[in-house]
Amino acid sequence: MKAAVAVEDKIVRVLGEGGEVDASKDPRLSDRDLLTLYRAMLLNRMVDERMFRLQRQGRIAFYIGATGEEAAIIGAAFAMGEKDWVVPCYREFGAAYVRGFTLRDFFCQIFGNAQDLTKGRQMPVHIASSRLHVLSVSSPVGTQIPHAVGLAIAAKIRKAKEAALVFFGDGATSEGDFHVSMNFAGVFRAPCVFLCRNNQWAISVPRERQTAAPSIEIKAKAYGFEGVLVDGNDVLAIYATTKKAFEKARSGGGPTLIEAFTYRLGPHSTSDDPHAYRGEDEVELWKKKDPLIRFREYLEKRKLWHQDRETKLMQDLNEEILSTLKEVEQIPPPPPESIFEDVYAVMPWHLREQRDQLLRWLEERKKITESY
Amino acid sequence: MTYREAIRAGLREALRSDPRVFLMGEDVGRYGGAYACSRGLLEEFGPERVRDTPLSESTFVGAGIGAALGGMRPIVEVMTVNFSLLALDQVVNNAATLRHMSGGQFSIPLAVRMATGGGRQLAAQHSHSLEGWYAHIPGIKVLTPATVADAKGMLLAALQDPDPVFIFEHAMLYPMEGELDEDAGAADISQARVRRQGNDVTLITFGGSLPKTLEAAEQLASLEIEAEVVDARVLRPLDISTFLTSVAKTHRVVIVDEAWRTGSFAAEISAQIMEQGFDHLDAPVARICAAEVPMPYAKHLEEAALPQVGIIVKTVQGL
Repeated sequence: MKAAVAVEDKIVRVLGEGGEVDASKDPRLSDRDLLTLYRAMLLNRMVDERMFRLQRQGRIAFYIGATGEEAAIIGAAFAMGEKDWVVPCYREFGAAYVRGFTLRDFFCQIFGNAQDLTKGRQMPVHIASSRLHVLSVSSPVGTQIPHAVGLAIAAKIRKAKEAALVFFGDGATSEGDFHVSMNFAGVFRAPCVFLCRNNQWAISVPRERQTAAPSIEIKAKAYGFEGVLVDGNDVLAIYATTKKAFEKARSGGGPTLIEAFTYRLGPHSTSDDPHAYRGEDEVELWKKKDPLIRFREYLEKRKLWHQDRETKLMQDLNEEILSTLKEVEQIPPPPPESIFEDVYAVMPWHLREQRDQLLRWLEERKKITESY
Repeated sequence: MTYREAIRAGLREALRSDPRVFLMGEDVGRYGGAYACSRGLLEEFGPERVRDTPLSESTFVGAGIGAALGGMRPIVEVMTVNFSLLALDQVVNNAATLRHMSGGQFSIPLAVRMATGGGRQLAAQHSHSLEGWYAHIPGIKVLTPATVADAKGMLLAALQDPDPVFIFEHAMLYPMEGELDEDAGAADISQARVRRQGNDVTLITFGGSLPKTLEAAEQLASLEIEAEVVDARVLRPLDISTFLTSVAKTHRVVIVDEAWRTGSFAAEISAQIMEQGFDHLDAPVARICAAEVPMPYAKHLEEAALPQVGIIVKTVQGL
């Protein structure tokens, strides 16, 4: 239990497990902001539940959720500026959502339809939005981390007061890209915030198998900058810590590594069954620390929330999810020949040739099918 | 002017004319580059724009992608193609895919330069010719400048391109002397070029094999065989039409490629000529490639492994 002791010693926490607030650390968000955060977190949770069902029904191929990690994802993104960059891992719909990525955008992406911003080319939840400065998700673990450092270096060279936030999991901290990117950022004092969602499990491999170190945040020390351990299920602690890291980054103070200590309450993705590798008792323990429950208890204590509002919001969100789904499912897929677009800015001759070949074949197939 | 000086002239011109351009990599600053291409540029442009980085190929390529996304025009120097394998994920899974996978939302105007090829007695891990591998990947452009003019012109063209461009500079070419029009700007990067006219046989090559092939063509001329030498220049997207025009005239093809034969770029050129120019051929397409062994160190062993002028001459005579 060495790790647990080290965590309790230095973890940053604003909200206690019963929703009581540490006034000295309270980032003092407005009532409106608090409710916006809560709404986004609840929506994210409900979308996860609905999408798992859709995948089981065979309506979508794959889904990967954020259940249990909503505070770490949404709280951090909420602390950023409009021009800052989010470099997501693959659970960060909530981060994009609070920057303006709509539920409709998300569902179009999951269905890979003609209005999907990624044009049916990406796995579900692998979102991208250049308009919102949300970088395209890369599946190979940790490979997005150097992109964030590059974005930060670019901001520094352009003398823009912008910074980049990169999300990754505890598994990614075993990848070379994590270490070399931290090293790079440290050397150049790049305005970059590294946010590790330590959800304790990299699919079936526990955190203890990723590192013998007592925590992940201490790794920052080796690269010459600060690491902070934060209660990842405490949305206000995540918000306050990320905000501080961004202020430091923008004022030339260099990078920060934030370890958001949290838990993946659900499976890794729809392709995973966690019963094969972890006990229910552990999950039950973490369910009591659910970031939504804790935040709701805080809002109730502040008299911003009560059961009736909760019921009403759940109804509203459910309706919004269902009506958006209904509309999105009617949108046709992108045309087959669109696969040849965007390989390059300008389509080269060989791709034009391959596209024309495909079109001819599709035309022929249509004729054959019609003749039956 | 040498090939190396032409690259330096290109770097200098780019850094002077576009504030978005910066150079980063290992030893590019104070040391002036492992092949001395950036010598003097640190003094002229300062450490922010001529940036020595920590030694991590995946990070300078990955951060180059990030900087390109962030509005810059980075030039990344990876010391050699051999070490670029440490950055291969960034190339294949990221630089090459991000435009397409993001639905065209993101553009990565990144130029990556690296030395390639053998011939300097540096053994296998310093002597790979993997530009053909890179040319397998859709989403990137692959350039193999083989002349002094292309050394500068292709770099400037890469910096005007909205897509990631990989430039393979054959290490044997750096000291090569050649003509350079000082005012020449960006070179065309869509077409192959005929470097020597001839009617009897087409020799197709690129990069470090061009000088050897031209020399072989001179020897063949003394044997009364007029070879047409075509420099592919751009491996992706490949300009097959220039090859076909030449083949239609000569009816015979020999491809010279310093990489290993099996699965080589020479194989791709050969296949495309068979597919589209079969009726023009009077003989099977021949290939001259490196021996399929890790490149040895000792001089006579290395010579035995690499394509040589004599072999090119002999092969043409045997057609």
